[in-house]
Amino acid sequence: MIGTMPYVWVAAILAMIGCVGVLTRRNVLVILMSIELILNAVNINLVVFARQWGQVRGQVFALFIMADAAAEVAVGLGLLIALFRNKSTVHADEMDLLKG
Amino acid sequence: MTFLDTLWLVPLFPACGAVLIGLLGRRFSRRGVSVLCVGTAFAAFAWALGAVLELRHLPGRQFERVWFAWLPSVAGLGHGVGADYGLLLDPLSAVMVLLVTGIGLLIHLYSVGYMAREGGYYRFFGCMNLFLFAMLTLVLADNFLLLFVGWEGVGLCSYLLIGFWFKKHTARAAGLKAFLVNRVGDAGFLLGVLLVLRLFGTVRFAAISATLTQHGVSSGAVMAATLLLFWGASGKSAQLPLFVWLPDAMEGPTPVSALMHAATMVTAGIYLLCRADLLFLAAPQTLGVVAAVGAGTALFAAAVALVQTDIKRVLAFSTISQLGTMFLACGVGAFTAGLFHVVTHAFFKALLFLGAGSVIHALDGEQDLSRMGGLARRLPITAGCMGVATLAIAGIPPLAGFASKDAILTAAWRASPWLWIVAWLTAGLTSLYMFRLYFLTFHGPARWGPRRGAGEPHEAPGSMTGPLLVLAGLCLVGGGLGWPTSLGGANRLAHWLAPVLPVAAEEAGEWGPMAASVLLVLLAASLAWLGYVRRPELPRRWAARWPQFNGWLRSGAGVDAGYTAVFADGLGKRGGAALARFDGAVLDGGVNLGAAATRLTAQLAAWWDTWVVDGVAVEGLARLAAFSSRRVRRLQSGRLQTYALLMVFGLGTFLLFYLLR
Repeated sequence: MIGTMPYVWVAAILAMIGCVGVLTRRNVLVILMSIELILNAVNINLVVFARQWGQVRGQVFALFIMADAAAEVAVGLGLLIALFRNKSTVHADEMDLLKG
Repeated sequence: MTFLDTLWLVPLFPACGAVLIGLLGRRFSRRGVSVLCVGTAFAAFAWALGAVLELRHLPGRQFERVWFAWLPSVAGLGHGVGADYGLLLDPLSAVMVLLVTGIGLLIHLYSVGYMAREGGYYRFFGCMNLFLFAMLTLVLADNFLLLFVGWEGVGLCSYLLIGFWFKKHTARAAGLKAFLVNRVGDAGFLLGVLLVLRLFGTVRFAAISATLTQHGVSSGAVMAATLLLFWGASGKSAQLPLFVWLPDAMEGPTPVSALMHAATMVTAGIYLLCRADLLFLAAPQTLGVVAAVGAGTALFAAAVALVQTDIKRVLAFSTISQLGTMFLACGVGAFTAGLFHVVTHAFFKALLFLGAGSVIHALDGEQDLSRMGGLARRLPITAGCMGVATLAIAGIPPLAGFASKDAILTAAWRASPWLWIVAWLTAGLTSLYMFRLYFLTFHGPARWGPRRGAGEPHEAPGSMTGPLLVLAGLCLVGGGLGWPTSLGGANRLAHWLAPVLPVAAEEAGEWGPMAASVLLVLLAASLAWLGYVRRPELPRRWAARWPQFNGWLRSGAGVDAGYTAVFADGLGKRGGAALARFDGAVLDGGVNLGAAATRLTAQLAAWWDTWVVDGVAVEGLARLAAFSSRRVRRLQSGRLQTYALLMVFGLGTFLLFYLLR
């Protein structure tokens, strides 16, 4: 068998890419997608360790996260549309009304 | 209760009079004031007479009693200082007290008439009574300090009465002058008393005399003390150089001049010397000074009197001259003779002043001799009495002045021929100027101008002529008091005074000097008659020859002018101006300096406040806040990603913490 570590590495790399995306990308949609990436990375981690310990909890948890992610995307897109209606832009660095 | 037991009543009667008049005088009528004041004077005289009559029966003829303690002690002396209210009645003070009360009574009586039409009536009599009180305190005191109280009191009354007509500028000035010159003398007096206190530990006369007779004292200190006391006496008795107040004192009403400046106050100096005779005898150098000053003053004043034109000024200088002869007597140790002359001088000088007052009264205030004359017919009583007084003062036997003056001349002859010559010349000058005064006033053509009132000058009322006659009688018989035994008299005065004053061994008379003096006096009298009755143009020609000398002599030989220049102008005005300049430059400069310093401090404070407090602290803090907040503000970008990044950094820090711990 391959073992667990490579899968964890994959999850880590995915998470990193997701983080970087959240922090760096200008387009709000891309930030949302990056957040999905992070969530997926977490899912991978959960399933891998569920397999390692031979328990099914991990996979159940992953299912929950997926449902959660779906809801979250719905809300996030709703927010985004409301933001767009106000600022007429999808660039994150132009949304600085709280700038002090 | 005897008169002696209540001796304190003698000064108290006039004191009560003075107090009553002072408080309520305005409400009394003139009659009431006269009755009160003459009454108190009479009461004082009667009481004094009673006391003296009782004194005669006491052993040793000495009475002293302390009625209450005044200044019990002085720090540094173990025992009391003797300055109490104690009265001493011995032959010496008996003579003085009778003289003061008797002559005082006569003059009070005279003043009733003289001041009848003057304003300030009650003020006058109040001051006169006050004077009697002070003078009686002076002569009855049993210690130096109480005597000094009386001494100062008579000085005060002198000031009050000389300046009686205070609206007149010259009277005010004269009163002030008298007081100030007296003060100069009093300073010496007080220093002398303090020195005596230091030497003897007491100021009581009896104690001091006892100490002196038992064992002598170091002569240096005694000489200093006696010189200081003599300085005080010179001030009060108007000797060189402190005589300048007496001629000006004639500004006061004539009774004042008679009482104070002839009979009583000015004789206080002689009284002091007689009282402290043992002290003075222990300092022979001082006695020499006394004799010299007395002789010098006598001659000087007699010369000045000769050229005076004001009747009262002649008498003033005459008083100075006679006082000089009294001091001369004391200076050669003939205290009894000096005191005898005090008594006879009181008689004739008071009479002369009162008579002059009568003349002035008759002429409505004229005092210039050149505007008198021919009054003998119109004022017979006055003229007669003044004639008697003139004979007495000239020393023509057998009147009062002769015996006393002769006693002095004899003593002077025995002491030193020079002193006798001076005294002899003085006697001659005295006769000359007195007869000059008499002739100019009463004889010759009438030189007084048209008068305000109607009619001729007329004789004074009875209240004025009465005392004149009494005094004239005393002048005639007063010599009997001390008629020298060399001429067959009993010299009762010397025997009466024997317990107190040393009796000079004078039994054998000196005929030569006596004859010489009588001759000179008669010569001077005839000279006066010649010059002022027979050939009046002679004195005028003489005077015209040396006008400057005349003027200089008349003004008192420049002594007065000298004092004015040195003290009044020099110290007074220029000193005042110098002090004013000092005040302006130094004192005001100091004040201005203080003000400038205050301004400077204020400016510094303002600078500090503006630049440091406001600038550094307040504004600096504000700038700091603004500066730092601008920097910190950048954290609040308002951008989501920035905040997310910060969160990641925070998380990373925590993780690092955990991993590395």
